[in-house]
Amino acid sequence: MSKIKSAFENGKAFIPFITCGDPDLDTTERAIKEAVKNGANLIELGIPFSDPTAEGVVIQGANIRALKGGITTDKIFDFVRKIRKEVKIPLVFMTYANVIFSYGSERFISLCKEVEIDGIILPDLPFEEKDEFEPICKKYDIDLISLIAPTSKDRISKIAKNASGFLYIVSSLGVTGTRTEIKTDLNSIMKIVRENTDIPCAIGFGISTPEQAKKMSDIADGVIVGSAIIKLLEKHGKDAPSYIGEYIKSMKDSISNL
Amino acid sequence: MKNGRFGIHGGQYIPETLMNAVIELEKAYDFYKNDENFNKELNTLFNEYAGRPSRLYFAEKMTNDLGGAKIYLKREDLNHTGAHKINNVLGQALLAKKMGKTRLIAETGAGQHGVATATAAALMGMECVVFMGEEDTIRQALNVYRMKLLGAEVIPVTSGTATLKDAVSEAMREWTNRIDDTHYCLGSVMGPHPFPTMVRDFQAVISKEIKQQILEKEGRLPDAVIACVGGGSNAIGSFYNFIDDKSVKLIGCEAAGRGIDTFETAATINTGKLGIFHGMKSYFCQDKYGQIAPVYSISAGLDYPGIGPEHAYLHDISRAEYVAITDEEAVCAFEYLAKTEGIIPAIESAHAVAHAMKIAPKMDKDKIIVITISGRGDKDCAAIARYRGENINE
Repeated sequence: MSKIKSAFENGKAFIPFITCGDPDLDTTERAIKEAVKNGANLIELGIPFSDPTAEGVVIQGANIRALKGGITTDKIFDFVRKIRKEVKIPLVFMTYANVIFSYGSERFISLCKEVEIDGIILPDLPFEEKDEFEPICKKYDIDLISLIAPTSKDRISKIAKNASGFLYIVSSLGVTGTRTEIKTDLNSIMKIVRENTDIPCAIGFGISTPEQAKKMSDIADGVIVGSAIIKLLEKHGKDAPSYIGEYIKSMKDSISNL
Repeated sequence: MKNGRFGIHGGQYIPETLMNAVIELEKAYDFYKNDENFNKELNTLFNEYAGRPSRLYFAEKMTNDLGGAKIYLKREDLNHTGAHKINNVLGQALLAKKMGKTRLIAETGAGQHGVATATAAALMGMECVVFMGEEDTIRQALNVYRMKLLGAEVIPVTSGTATLKDAVSEAMREWTNRIDDTHYCLGSVMGPHPFPTMVRDFQAVISKEIKQQILEKEGRLPDAVIACVGGGSNAIGSFYNFIDDKSVKLIGCEAAGRGIDTFETAATINTGKLGIFHGMKSYFCQDKYGQIAPVYSISAGLDYPGIGPEHAYLHDISRAEYVAITDEEAVCAFEYLAKTEGIIPAIESAHAVAHAMKIAPKMDKDKIIVITISGRGDKDCAAIARYRGENINE
């Protein structure tokens, strides 16, 4: 049974994204603890990639800062092993296919199991290429998270039917980054999704305000926020964790009908 | 894992947002590639607009000077816009038009593909936006001006190393942002399926012509075909119709930059390893954690950390050989061809000339080498002058 499901069992889930090592792992650790304390139900941990083609400028910046700080995949595995002693909510990695492939797919995914990572999100791995990693993920009981985009149309049902962990619903065209308005007809997408699966769905891309989060949580089972959190790291650096905690509390409150 | 594979290479490693766009493109291409009218229109554009067929020129002075194999030059530099890039662009722009797209976006390194895309957009009345690494907009300022003159918007890319790979990333990002009216006119045999196949087919006209021309002139096939390789579009175009002719050696020339034993290189086959990037599985210059390496070459067009998946496959099965040519060797070849034959090749193409200069003297006089001169070198004169310590005003 997927542990990820537990993140969606007590009301709407709030899912923050944090790039590991931005600006250093000590800050990442404190940010994670603040997130947990303030109501995060699942955390997406970014493993930086030199050329993140699905990211907007904000998360690109986090990748660059983290890599400049000397972060590596090995250091991130050691880091997760360490924080797992205290952090009990589900954790998933968000990275790019080459990071896993070049590490050795089986070696990477078996280590995920060992350090208790629950899932993997790869924005450059569409349904057609899932075979690259899915058999190994199944072997080690790691959920390979699928994404559905505003352009998915006739693809929604097959992606939903084969999804595991949770479904990542991409709210808007383009790359990650905050948006003033989300124009996609997400209700229609969610209707097709619900007809094909009962695994939880979280909406991400472009969400930054409590109002947006509330609106999205009415449609789906959870909301994912990345760039708005990374902006706090960009602005406050090592002092960002307390701001992140405060921000997550406001977002979590908005989706909990408080 | 079956879409557009060359052995283990290729595939479609792209965001879900783009999947229906590439599927739609694949369907349209599969239909139009066999459509009589489409091919007629494209051939008319090739012949009347781009100036095809390009000449296969016997480089007699170079042949005599090197004292070995007979050398022929496939003159893609004589095409309209001065490079082979126009072949692919006319094909894709025509296809995009048939698909109802009104806007073309493209990445460019040396600027040749950007100029070709801007040209096709002007001709067909389409909007055009070109992404170009900021560093390249400086190295290739003339081409930036040409694109603007042709009505295109040029967006300097500052992310990453501010070169070709970052221009590709930025063009991909823009495509995910605006798909309905926009076609991404990818400039090489790379990226997700169907691009590597489609771009190859449009460039295959090069080897189709070489074959006809050499049979007319020599009554036999060449012993070697040599072309430079960045992503690899002029090379695959030059190789394609010879792949089944096992007697023809196919040689791709990568940019070694300051040498394959340095970090300042872009020689993917010689220094890279298998990976997944920019929509495809292929060989890439990268570190042990899969971070893409900041590559270097004097040639902006070869300054790319990957290679098209079909080349990766031809390398795996040893059907083609990939050699590395340094900046210094390429610059010497650039100067040599200018002085010997009165032809100034693109610095990219000079990498192919450099390898021919190495192997021709060791071959018998009855052997034949064809070198593809993928583009003209006017754009490079200022940079080569700088390399030689001379500052000229463009």
